[in-house]
Amino acid sequence: MSLALFYIAAAVTLVAAVGLITTRNIVYAALFLLVALLGVAGLFILLYAEFLALVQLLIYGGAIVIVILFALMLTRSGEFDAVTEHRRWPVAAVVSVGLFALLVAASVGDSGLYNSQVRTGVEFETLGRTLFELWAIPFEIASVVLLIALVGAVVVGRSVGGDGEPEDGP
Amino acid sequence: MTLELGLVHFQVLAAALFCLGLYGVLARRSVVMILMSVELMLNAVNLNLVAFGAFRGEATVVGQVIVVFVITVAAAEVGLALAIIMRLYRGKGSVNVDDIDLLKG
Repeated sequence: MSLALFYIAAAVTLVAAVGLITTRNIVYAALFLLVALLGVAGLFILLYAEFLALVQLLIYGGAIVIVILFALMLTRSGEFDAVTEHRRWPVAAVVSVGLFALLVAASVGDSGLYNSQVRTGVEFETLGRTLFELWAIPFEIASVVLLIALVGAVVVGRSVGGDGEPEDGP
Repeated sequence: MTLELGLVHFQVLAAALFCLGLYGVLARRSVVMILMSVELMLNAVNLNLVAFGAFRGEATVVGQVIVVFVITVAAAEVGLALAIIMRLYRGKGSVNVDDIDLLKG
């Protein structure tokens, strides 16, 4: 049963990922990214990580993809059609396939340590306690990272000159 | 190979997702496409972390905690990267990596 569900979620994710890296239209690519992220959220549920599935839906599906789509809308999207591959895309394909073969060989060959078939979930409460007790300092640092990134985004993205004029910097 | 759902299924799927994202990063020319491919690679890593945590045998939460941090940093990264992309677009009128060679000297 869970194997069938896994194959469905995996197929959705992989098809969307292939669509993401092959489509010519960048808006379709953003929508393919959304589907792939939802597929990963489903896989998180299969792994009993419900909190992360929710976070995935809210932050990736609700925020990141929307922000990407807004950025595409705010820039003139005329040139975004016909997004092309780099000239040397076969090199990229060879590198990717080679890395995939390596990773699969490592995963299948070395399954002695983690050969358990039992999935154990984690309670919300345990996750929250671990996050706010043991990992409290990294959590605070992450909040500072977010703040600095957002302030930096505002500073970098602020329009200094008019549209199309050369900019002098802030 | 086992017939039951095991860790190796998730490992192979995460490897496939990571390599698809890697191809996107290496082969596409639009900066936005590269950004989305990076998001795909981050998701593959997240999937691997959660899967290793779930199949550990005993209850462990560290994998999920690290995934929370990865998602946080990914959100910060997207915000900053899109600001830089819009700045580049206004300044150079292009989002192709081949045209962005300001630091080439």
